[in-house]
Amino acid sequence: MSRFSFPVPKGSEITPRETYLNRRHFMAGAGVAGALALSGAGAFAAPSVTEPLKALANKAPVLTDKPTAKELATTYNNYYEFGTSKADPARNASTLKVRPWTVEIGGEVMKPRTLGIEDLLAMELEERIYRMRCVEAWSMVIPWVGMSFSKIAALVEPTSKAKYVKFTSVARPEEMPGVRSRVLDWPYTEGLRIDEAMHPLTLLTLGMYGETLPNQSGAPVRIVTPWKYGFKNAKSIVRIDFVAEQPRTAWMTAGASEYGFYANVNPEVDHPRWSQKNERPLPAFFASRATEKFNGYGNEVASLYSGMDLAANF
Amino acid sequence: MSSSLPKHWIAPLKGLVFLAALVPLARIIYAIALDPISLGANPAESILHMTGDWVIYFLLITLAVTPLRKLTGWNDLIKFRRMLGLFAFFYACIHFLSYIGFDRLFDLSDMAREIVKRPFILVGFAAFVLLVPLAITSTRGWVLRLGGARWSALHKAIYPIAILGVVHYWWLVKRDITWPLVFAVVLAGLLAYRIVKRGDKRNRARA
Repeated sequence: MSRFSFPVPKGSEITPRETYLNRRHFMAGAGVAGALALSGAGAFAAPSVTEPLKALANKAPVLTDKPTAKELATTYNNYYEFGTSKADPARNASTLKVRPWTVEIGGEVMKPRTLGIEDLLAMELEERIYRMRCVEAWSMVIPWVGMSFSKIAALVEPTSKAKYVKFTSVARPEEMPGVRSRVLDWPYTEGLRIDEAMHPLTLLTLGMYGETLPNQSGAPVRIVTPWKYGFKNAKSIVRIDFVAEQPRTAWMTAGASEYGFYANVNPEVDHPRWSQKNERPLPAFFASRATEKFNGYGNEVASLYSGMDLAANF
Repeated sequence: MSSSLPKHWIAPLKGLVFLAALVPLARIIYAIALDPISLGANPAESILHMTGDWVIYFLLITLAVTPLRKLTGWNDLIKFRRMLGLFAFFYACIHFLSYIGFDRLFDLSDMAREIVKRPFILVGFAAFVLLVPLAITSTRGWVLRLGGARWSALHKAIYPIAILGVVHYWWLVKRDITWPLVFAVVLAGLLAYRIVKRGDKRNRARA
């Protein structure tokens, strides 16, 4: 593969981490109820243990973006296995045991195998700063750490029958309070067409912000496809199957008319209940950012969909 | 079994309720000015949700006044009803302004298109529009001008408003309908009370 590059989001619209931290310093310094400041800080204490990760620098043309503050990206999550409010995962996810961890890879492959998390962490990892666009019309900029999924696919050698890839997330009711209620059809499943999965942008992700993933962000291993809405990015993956038929995903089961298989970011195709034209680049107040087709990765991925009706295949 | 408070208690109690009803707003203003982190990664959404919640709380509290009064005999409760209803309107105004500001960037034509296109926004907007005449005619002067019967006929609009409010919330959530369901059950109880009472009255009239 030739040198692979992709657009990195511009930093201007994101609150720099320094500003965010200064604000907190200011608060503490100004002596506004010290206890309040403390409890505020406590709210962001990551409940799960993370470790530093070694990763190659972002291979993209270096237009370094200021990522969304880590404290915000790790306390505002959609991870229904830990509860449906955005703050629930950070509060509840510490109970998930992420070691030991294995990912079973099978289906239409020549060499099915089970990879331990250590095997994955031992591979060459790189940092990728991607914009993450949620179907709820907000976005963040996150420095992920991982490897192109195609590297993993190469290990198991998919056969010609493999037309899709299905990802299955962990579902342990005793460790994940949300799984005890049937908000979604557990376990969470997601899928990609094989060419989407093999696209170099599709990142098998093990870390963020230079560390292993915190539990609320999908530890220990998840998938990230930056040109699709966030719900396509299955978290805490335990199974990867190469399959012949398009898999039915958890969100399609929940509401096929609202959450399609492709879920490509597209300002021209609204969610039935809200517009996708703009997005709120968190933590901004205003939904002032015009959403880009394929989330700004059109040069890289638009060709995957040539001739396809993107409104019908939403 | 009716009981009433000493007259000189009413004004200070009203003052207390008034201040208590402003606490949610004070919390929002404090958070924006001094503690934006407490609003989380999506402060605009937090404000929309908080103000929306308080609209429904105040609608339900307002609708609870009459059943509570009848059940407890505390007739003075009626003296708080107008203020509670107006606070529902007050938070609805902030909720609506936050929406057109944060979400639609004060682009009114864009807002109009969205309202027509999105059923959940349409029902929320309808509830808001219906609240306006109730707020305007909430004064004693308007009761006299309209006459008691017409005034209370107009203010029956609070029932569809509350229903639209809960529907608005129900249609907005992505998947977890726990809270809309809780509000719907409480509202159903408050409305059922009135239906039952009306039936009683009719039966009594017939007897």
